[in-house]
Amino acid sequence: MNSLRLARSRPGPAFTVTFDGREIEALPGWTVAAALWAAGITSWRTTRHEGRPRGILCGIGVCFDCLVTVNDRPNQRACLVPARPGDVIRTQEGTGHAD
Amino acid sequence: MSERLTCDVVVVGAGMVGAACALYAARAGLDVALVDRGPVAGGTTGAGEGNLLVSDKEPGPELQLALFSLGLWAELAKELGPAVEYEAKGGVVVAAAPEGLTALGDFAAGQRAAGVTTVEVAADRLHDVEPYLAPGLAGGVLYPQDCQVMPALAAAHLVRASGARLLSGRTVTEVLRTPRGTVLGVRTDRGVIHAPAVVNAAGTWGGELAATAGVRLPVLPRRGFVLVTEPLPRRVRHKVYAADYVADVASDSAALHTSPVVEGTAAGPVLIGASRERVGFDRSFSLPAVRALAAGATRLFPFLERVRAMRSYLGFRPYLPDHLPAIGADPRVPGLFHACGHEGAGIGLAPGTGHLIARLLSGGVPELDLAPFRPERFEREAR
Amino acid sequence: MRTDLAVIGAGPAGLAAALAAAARGVRVTLVDAGPEAGGQFYRQPAAGLGARRPGALHHQWRTWKRLREGLDRHIAAGRIVHLADHHVWCVERRSGHAPGDFAVHALLGPEQNEPAVVRATAVLLATGGYERVLPFPGWTLPGVVTAGGAQAMLKGGLVVPGQRVVVAGTGPLLLPVATGLAAAGTTVAALVESADPRLLARQARGLAAEPGKAVEAAGYGVRLLRHRVRVLVRHTVVEAHGTGRLTGVTVASLDADGRVRAGTGRRIPCDSLAVGHGMLPHTELAETLGCRVDGGRVHVDEEQRTDVPGVWAAGEATGVGGAGLALAEGHLAGRSIAARLTGARPDEHGGKRAAASRAALRRFADALDHAYPPRAHWAEQVTDETVVCRCEEVRAGAVREAVRDLGAGDPRTVKLLTRAGMGWCQGRMCGPAVAGVAGCPETVTRRPFARPVPLGVLAREPGEGQV
Repeated sequence: MNSLRLARSRPGPAFTVTFDGREIEALPGWTVAAALWAAGITSWRTTRHEGRPRGILCGIGVCFDCLVTVNDRPNQRACLVPARPGDVIRTQEGTGHAD
Repeated sequence: MSERLTCDVVVVGAGMVGAACALYAARAGLDVALVDRGPVAGGTTGAGEGNLLVSDKEPGPELQLALFSLGLWAELAKELGPAVEYEAKGGVVVAAAPEGLTALGDFAAGQRAAGVTTVEVAADRLHDVEPYLAPGLAGGVLYPQDCQVMPALAAAHLVRASGARLLSGRTVTEVLRTPRGTVLGVRTDRGVIHAPAVVNAAGTWGGELAATAGVRLPVLPRRGFVLVTEPLPRRVRHKVYAADYVADVASDSAALHTSPVVEGTAAGPVLIGASRERVGFDRSFSLPAVRALAAGATRLFPFLERVRAMRSYLGFRPYLPDHLPAIGADPRVPGLFHACGHEGAGIGLAPGTGHLIARLLSGGVPELDLAPFRPERFEREAR
Repeated sequence: MRTDLAVIGAGPAGLAAALAAAARGVRVTLVDAGPEAGGQFYRQPAAGLGARRPGALHHQWRTWKRLREGLDRHIAAGRIVHLADHHVWCVERRSGHAPGDFAVHALLGPEQNEPAVVRATAVLLATGGYERVLPFPGWTLPGVVTAGGAQAMLKGGLVVPGQRVVVAGTGPLLLPVATGLAAAGTTVAALVESADPRLLARQARGLAAEPGKAVEAAGYGVRLLRHRVRVLVRHTVVEAHGTGRLTGVTVASLDADGRVRAGTGRRIPCDSLAVGHGMLPHTELAETLGCRVDGGRVHVDEEQRTDVPGVWAAGEATGVGGAGLALAEGHLAGRSIAARLTGARPDEHGGKRAAASRAALRRFADALDHAYPPRAHWAEQVTDETVVCRCEEVRAGAVREAVRDLGAGDPRTVKLLTRAGMGWCQGRMCGPAVAGVAGCPETVTRRPFARPVPLGVLAREPGEGQV
């Protein structure tokens, strides 16, 4: 990626996480949102009333639009939570809590 | 800007009680102006939980008013539709220990005799009623008549349904009287409104309004915080609280009391409220008060431990020294009627109160004996 | 943990204050939500990315290095304790305790499940700001991000929102965001600025207070040219298109009043839109402490003191003015705190340069405010179907109905009657939008919890062991 080149980045070894069962590659230091963006994914939540897709809005933890379920914990802000090897990331539907 | 208005009755206070007074007065054929210094539901109504409870009331005049009101609420809910988020969900009062359960059973027996429907729930059946309740509770009582509305929406829709003229953002500065003391109307910061009758539905500020008419009504504020969680699926089905809540409501102590009512809402969040403190009109946030709410709620529902509180709001519940509201004509000022001081029960008691006031305004006989609610009942004590 | 001074926020203001106070013998605890110090302005690529040119996406990197070295020195000497990943949810004035007894309540780590408490004699609120975004049809589509959000993701993760981006809105942030994205290899299809450049010219005197800034802006201009970025001034995005994700935007030209000129709309294909309409201060901690907040900013005196004894504030929280102003304010706050904690008055002579710099930068910030006003009449573009409150999915039509039919005339009543602002973000994103659509002035919203806090944490008063 150009931005990595721009910062002359030499990241540590990439690792794998899954998003809705699909394997995607992540770099150490990335948040869940960064890993998803890098994989071309822009939405990972559906709203609780209308089921509309949402992803990053503010990118700094203020707007809570990027809520996602990581390793069965719902309502994690993808823009704050670091991606870790083996993370199971799932699209969060509604409140994120099972009925 | 100054304008002159004339109508049959001025209702002061566009909270739930004022809205109900306006509705029933208008339905009795009166021309009503509803005046508030703020917006609709700007005071206690907008800071409440919307409890329509019989479960917390001991046999007596307040319980009779509550039962009367619940009937009216059911009619209003049908009329206004889903917009007011009315839910006849029922209440569950639980006791942690056997002694508490005995006391709760005795209390419920008294209520039953007064016309309340109560269903005893044995310890091993509590989780059928409320699956997420803490283990090890001694038992409880189910009150199917307890209900809930969204109070601000309810007030706003009642005002709209009443067809009354809503004059918000207008402060009543004085109840105007003739030299002989009879009501002439009100003076506001934006002109005079003439009317032969004025209803004091000013809630926590009802004492101040009464004072402008030259009468004493010792309404005092009791501060209450409510906690609101993140949205959840419906995990708390009823209004649930521990048996000591009833003792709190009736308490005279100034110290902080919390035995929170926990309930789910149509919108998703769980509401936890309310603390009760006598600290005047102090609007500052109190971490100890909301901590106590959180502690009480997580004791009842351990799953709430990891659920997040998103916000907390506070309001002032208007109460009178004997914890009964003032409802009725004020014999000291002909034409002045009071409908305030409902403490934490105003949403539930509002339709009944409005209905009774409208009956008085149109010269009819009220459905309930208003003697216990007489506004002048604190006269002697003052001397 | 006990400390003389708890500084909340490790951005420019917090860092400058911490360094100034520590240099004068104050024991400082720097409490910050980020994994690294620096705040949003000096956000660096995460360590794991091994960036050998971390400053590539920054300007004023030298200032940052100086701050970082100072911080490291004070940490090594034990004068500053830096608590990273500490998300403060409430600052409590402990009544019944001695005056100057504050408890800073935080949640640990990105998970924010476990509590931590710092007890302090004095508190500096350097909580920064966040971006204002005004709604328009389609703004909830994935691919629409705030300009600051795009920048944060780029600075911290070296990732971009898409291949082809439009940068839009108003304000000085749009330039660095557009150049940053372009430098990172994204095609910037257009930079759409609603402000009229003549307003900028009219502010020449105020802007001249900071000649360095003009050079900086010119630098961005050159880079935009180099990347062949189309710049449209007096234009706005009227709609974002797509189903499921963004596929393009319609932009239109504005007349002198800020109204969209009919028939000027044209479509620009893009897969992402970075949009922002200026910055808003984070004031909730101050509000809960009872500090005076005027027009959305924490009110402070010459020494950066709030009207609550023992509480200082600096940086964007006291009014948005950029990193340079935050540094000056933080420095002055740190000096004041060091003096006041020993019962002395700050040495005015020593703070003269910072005070002069603060004055000039405030003039500059005011000039920018005037040059980049939020677009007038923006609410006219918000159709009834447009969601204004993203969390609770409240549409503009519901807000208008609450005003028209239900007697709401202020933001609080609109909120009560529509749920706009009651969701996860507590109205931070939709506050200005709801007020604008309702046609009423914004009011202070009280948010006793600066961030959501688990009830289990709230339920337990932390024991002395944790304090």
